[in-house]
Amino acid sequence: MSKLTLKTEGDTHVVVTRRFAAPPEAVYRAHVDPKLVQQWMLGPEGWSMPVCVNEARPGGKIHYEWANGKGGGFRLTGEFLELEPYSRIVHVERMHLPDPTPDNHIETRFDAEDTGTLMTMRMTLPNVQTRAAMLATGMERGMEASYVRLEGML
Amino acid sequence: MHGLDAAFSALADPTRRAILARLAKGEATVMELANPFKMTQPAISQHLKVLEDAGLVVGRVEGTKRPRRLAKAGIEAMDQWLAILRKALERNYDRLDEVLASMERQKKGEKR
Repeated sequence: MSKLTLKTEGDTHVVVTRRFAAPPEAVYRAHVDPKLVQQWMLGPEGWSMPVCVNEARPGGKIHYEWANGKGGGFRLTGEFLELEPYSRIVHVERMHLPDPTPDNHIETRFDAEDTGTLMTMRMTLPNVQTRAAMLATGMERGMEASYVRLEGML
Repeated sequence: MHGLDAAFSALADPTRRAILARLAKGEATVMELANPFKMTQPAISQHLKVLEDAGLVVGRVEGTKRPRRLAKAGIEAMDQWLAILRKALERNYDRLDEVLASMERQKKGEKR
């Protein structure tokens, strides 16, 4: 059984939920501490995250850069709006492709559930077209990963 | 019959994927599609032709307009697309599970 759900809601939202075996404090820290974020927020196989800045306070900057070791890379910047340890993070982010995409407003909640955590990430995009473009970008990166896996099998 | 190759090459372009995503919300005319993508109508029409030839999009006639919608193959492509995005996220969160497990081990180690 898969632990992840991903669905669109209305015209402008994308909602992702995932359960973790660890308590909310640990999951929250893994989203905020750059040294921890760098270990998992990597996307497709073969990518690394050489730059990870997280100024975890309201107004604090977010700056992530990914690289595939073959000259490919992209950048995401954002700002924290609200932080409620260890239950809620609100931030905005945008990708630079290289022009900045419209702001994605994201509320991430960490709710205790039994001995673990239910994480709910609710993204709000400015309009339906922006959301479509964002999902398309996600597909692009996912497709690349599929091709890499395919190469590995051949 | 539409080949799988045609569908794949139709999907290789980010604008065409974005058009499909927009059509997943419902029917749209060329003009409605051109605005958000900041493209000219002829450019959008060309992308639509590729999508139609690949069997992903179909159109109907309504007066002077020709609104397009997703064909069955296009709907299937959209489903796969969400599944791919899901997979990328799943990979991240599987890694996060490992990070959380090692945080837990560290914490136990400190208590000892």
